[in-house]
This record gives sequence, C-alpha cells and structure tokens, in this order.
Amino acid sequence: MTTTPPAPLLSAQGLHVAFPARHGGAPARAVDGVDLDIRPGEVVALVGESGCGKTTLARSLLGLVAPTEGRVTFDGEPLRYSSRALKAYRRRVQLVLQDPSGSLNPRHTVYDAVAEGLRIHRGAGDERAAVAQALSRAGLRPPERFFLRYPHELSGGQRQRVVIAGALVLEPELLVADEPVASLDASVRGEILALLLRLRTELGLAALVVTHDLGLAWNIADRVAVMYLGRIVETGDAEKVLTAPQHPYTQALLSVLPEAPGDPVVLSGEPPDPSRIPTGCRFRARCQILASGEAERAGVAHRCRTEDLEVLGGGGEAQVACHWARALDPAV
Amino acid sequence: MTLLEVRNLHVTYPGGVDAVRGVDLSLTAGQKVGMAGESGCGKSTLALALLRLLPPGTRVSGEILLNGEDILTMRWGRVRAVRWAGASIVFQGAMHSLNPVHRIGDQIAEPVLLHQGATAAQARKRTGELLEQAGLPASRATAYPHELSGGQRQRVMIAMALACAPQLIIADEPTTALDVMIQAQILNLLERLVTDQDLGLLMISHDLAVLADLCDRLVVMYAGRVIEEGPAREVYANALHPYAKALSASFPHIGDPTSRFAPRGLPGDPPDPTELPSGCAFHPRCAEALDTCTTDDQLLREAGRGRRAACVHVRELAADVPERAVDTGSTP
Repeated sequence: MTTTPPAPLLSAQGLHVAFPARHGGAPARAVDGVDLDIRPGEVVALVGESGCGKTTLARSLLGLVAPTEGRVTFDGEPLRYSSRALKAYRRRVQLVLQDPSGSLNPRHTVYDAVAEGLRIHRGAGDERAAVAQALSRAGLRPPERFFLRYPHELSGGQRQRVVIAGALVLEPELLVADEPVASLDASVRGEILALLLRLRTELGLAALVVTHDLGLAWNIADRVAVMYLGRIVETGDAEKVLTAPQHPYTQALLSVLPEAPGDPVVLSGEPPDPSRIPTGCRFRARCQILASGEAERAGVAHRCRTEDLEVLGGGGEAQVACHWARALDPAV
Repeated sequence: MTLLEVRNLHVTYPGGVDAVRGVDLSLTAGQKVGMAGESGCGKSTLALALLRLLPPGTRVSGEILLNGEDILTMRWGRVRAVRWAGASIVFQGAMHSLNPVHRIGDQIAEPVLLHQGATAAQARKRTGELLEQAGLPASRATAYPHELSGGQRQRVMIAMALACAPQLIIADEPTTALDVMIQAQILNLLERLVTDQDLGLLMISHDLAVLADLCDRLVVMYAGRVIEEGPAREVYANALHPYAKALSASFPHIGDPTSRFAPRGLPGDPPDPTELPSGCAFHPRCAEALDTCTTDDQLLREAGRGRRAACVHVRELAADVPERAVDTGSTP
C-alpha cells in the first residue's frame, strides 16, 4: 500500500469487555485491550482458540455487548447503545453465525427468513425483488425456486447461503461472520468462502471473519489478527503473518497444521482462565521459546516474566506483541 | 495378520435408505486407516455397523471379520464380549457420549468391572492407569464431565476406549469441534497409543488433510461406496477420482499462491440417499463426466501399487506396475 489507507469503517479502540464473576471472584477479562480497524472492502480474519475472546470481541463490535472500557466507532461515529441507534447500526453491519440450522426458524420459509430484516427496518420498495436479488447474490438461483422452501428441505450449504442472503438484503457495508463455514463439509466450505470473496468484489462489502481455521484465513483474508487470552498478539498482512509468523503462539498454531514444514510445536495444556491472566507476557506459561531457554539467550526472559506488552495498534501494519521477537528483529 | 476384514458390506435403514452399498475394507494390527467423505456418505453408519450398533430393523449384509470371526453372525453374548474387549469406538461428541451425572472414573471403570470381572479396587487402579495413559492425572477420576474442557473429555473417551485392551479402535471424528492445538494433542496421543500397543486404528473424519498426516492408508467414500483408496499421502497429494481430487483441493495449503484468494470446493450438494443418481453416483457433480457415466455404474478398479479408484477415467492397471504409471492413470 503506497497511498494513505482509507479511514476505517469499523474501529475498536482500547476495547475491554469483562464479565463479573459470581461470589466476588475476579472478573473474566474476555477482551482485555484490543485496537482493531476494518476498512471498507477489507476482509480481516480474527483467529484464535476457543475461549480467547474472539467471539466476545465480535459481539462487542456489533453492539451486542457493551464494552467495559474503550469504544467502538463506525464510519467515524462512536457507537451509541440506545435501541434506536443500535437498530440503525444493524442495518449497516450484519452478523452471520456458525450454525445455519440454529440461525433459521424451522417454521419460516426461505422467503420469510430473508424478508424479515426488510420488515423490521420497513424497507421501502419492492420486497419481493429485494429478496430475489439477495438470494441470487448468495448463489441461490433461480431465487423463486427457493422462496417457499423450508430450512429442513435444504442442504447445510444452502442454509448458510440463506443466512447470508438474509444479511445481504439490507445492503450492509460490513459483515461479521463468526465461524461461517465450521459446520459445513470441506467440499462446501470453498463455495461459501468464494461467495464472501465475490461479495467483496461486487459490492465492496467488508468482512470480519472470526475463525480458528488458519487455512480459511489464507483463502480469503487481506489481514490477519491472532488473538490470545483477550488480546491481539500478532497482526499484519495475511501473507506475512501466515508464512513468516513472528509470535511464538502463531508459530505453534501454524506448525501443527497437517503438512506444515518442520517439526510440530504442540503446546501442552490449554489457555488459562481469562479471570487469571498471568502477569508479564500473557502467553509465557505456554511459550515454547521461554521454556526452551531461547528467550533467556536473547536476554529477554526476565521481561517475559514481568513486563506486559502494550496493546497493538489497530491499523494494517505488521506488529507483534512479543519481547523475544522484538529482540531478534527490532523493526517489528 | 488381518485384524479387520469387511467384505461386501451393505446397510439399509428401516426407511429403505441404502447408506452403505458394498464396501470392502481390510486393516492389519498396527495399521492406521483413515476414512473420509462428506456428511451422509455412510462413513459413520459403517462404523456403527462394525459393532452392530445400528437401530433394530436395519438390514446389514456381507461379512465383518474381526480376527477371522464374523461379527454379523455372532450370538449376542459374543457381540457384547467383542465390544470393548475386541474393538471399541471413540465417538465424536464427547459432550454427549459421557453421562453428565456420573464421575468420569466410574464411567471408565464400568467396562472394566463388567467385562473383566475386576474388583472395585482393581478397577480403580486400572482407571488411574488409563487416565494417565491418556494424559490426565489419575486424581481427575472424581471429576464430572462438565468440569473438564472439550479436549480433556476427548481424552476420557480415549481412556475409556482402551479400558479392556481392545485390538481395534474405531475413532469417529475424534477431533472435530476441537481447536487446532488441542486437536494436535489428541492426534499425538492416539498415534502414540496405537503404535505402543500395536492396535489397529480406523479413523473416520471429514478432514482429509488430518487423515493424510496420521494414517497409513486412506479410504474415500461417496454415496455409500468406497470410490478411492490407497497409501494416504499418495491419495491426498495425487487423487485419481474426481471427487477425491476436489475434496483434497478444498484443503488450502498455507503458502501456496494458487489457493490465496481462491477457495476451492465442489459445486452441488451430496446426493439424496433415497434417490441416488443413475450410473456413477457422482456424475451430476463431476466436471469430467462422460455420457456413459449417467448410465454405467463404476466399480473400484486397480490403479497401480496398492491403489484403487472407481472412475471411468482410471485405466485398469495391474497391481504391480511401477509408480510412474500411476501419474498417467487419471488422464483420459
């Protein structure tokens, strides 16, 4: 990118979301300081393991959870949480969830499922034409053939297309897709991902794709943000992050994929509880670099144990929150 | 010595659906065989049929020889003895397969008590050993399933499957719904146990990439039949059947520029098992189909060293031709 990047469409600034614990315990810091920008027409993949806070982050970007600190801005305006403001916001930002069977009412026809958004927002104009257009954009052609079908009459891939059509009918500017293909067969996944890419090309639709699948990020994302225990620990262009990862966590995630070159680095254990985020670097308990003594040799082991890293900027530039990676290459 | 030999297996559900239509399979001790295919291709039905776990009224024909003994003609008492002690299954949803109101130690001890006539103290000791083998501390025996994470529950399922020292483990999607890192841990564990104890492993998954990495041989199913089989890496890297090719292409290789912004899948949906297409069941979705494919059924044929495929484009090859002949096998 040589020109100045366009202003972000959706932006999270210093976002924190904490859930209070019962019996006066420490709150769970699900999102613990995140900056993230999504520019018009950009596809950003947010990757991480279950429990890392990626879904909570997506929900707070949609205004479904109010942040405990920090703010979300859309098109330069801070998000307001009155129901009227949120309703207007949700015309412009739509959500696609993992399991299409759970997102569709089994007693509504495809037509009703897709038209529901229009009815809620009292869209002017021809409802039938809008539904037909959304269905055919989602790859269900000819659309009229699907109008009166019920979800149980469709395959998993077709159901996910109906959910996407329901999101498209309001002509949003941004799609937040939480594991959009995780419940689909491998052979069908490619088709749904190709659809998301085509919508970006044809409609300039931006997307935040939340996933644990790094291959998916390689398939469709311009930019990748890797999340661990409530924070983004590495971000940058998908090519760079996925082929030359800097953070030990990203390196480990990539190394365990089938066919990855080199020896797999299988981290033991599971991510700690978000109510007990370790002091120092949040990854240090599982970090293979610290455990192998490499951090010691690079002279950063003490900092790994005691010094937290700052929140990475939300822009497009390559960044990594790791003392060791920075000691090796001061440029990152 | 052949541990499991399946010959011409047919399974028809009470509603008249032919879920498995003539499958041959063989597996020796210490061998890992992977079985891949889309949902509805009959792979899970086949797993259930192997231990006669299908609902009453299901018609099963053919032969299932475990150590030379036909499971299909056994008396029930013998079937019960073979389950757990001869072969055991690790099911996909550990969440649903464990009883939520019993401690996991008691659930693991149950088959030990029933099948091996152990005393309570012996069973408790064995449970501790099994948990440690599966990578959990023996003290976790008193935990309830909800106190464990998904990966830990899957470890419990594996400990349970090993309880009566079976020779064959059937693993039906053992890592689906787990994160990549936890998946890598579970696969490592399975691989280690199978190697150490010289077990046979039949692993069923939709994830061809994982199977190719773990298994010795790969079997690809479509519409109730095996459509390709051979050495795992060869089938994955150089599939002969158009379906197997499309399936393996739908797993992106990170770093491969041809899959960047180009997710690949297979158009169309899996066939409805109540109305299978005529001829080759794959022909409606096949890009290479000939006119004859709509009428002529294609059976598995030899396609070079240890490989077989069911496609009109695969020329009949003798089993002992040199490897380079395999490469030309798929050209029409």
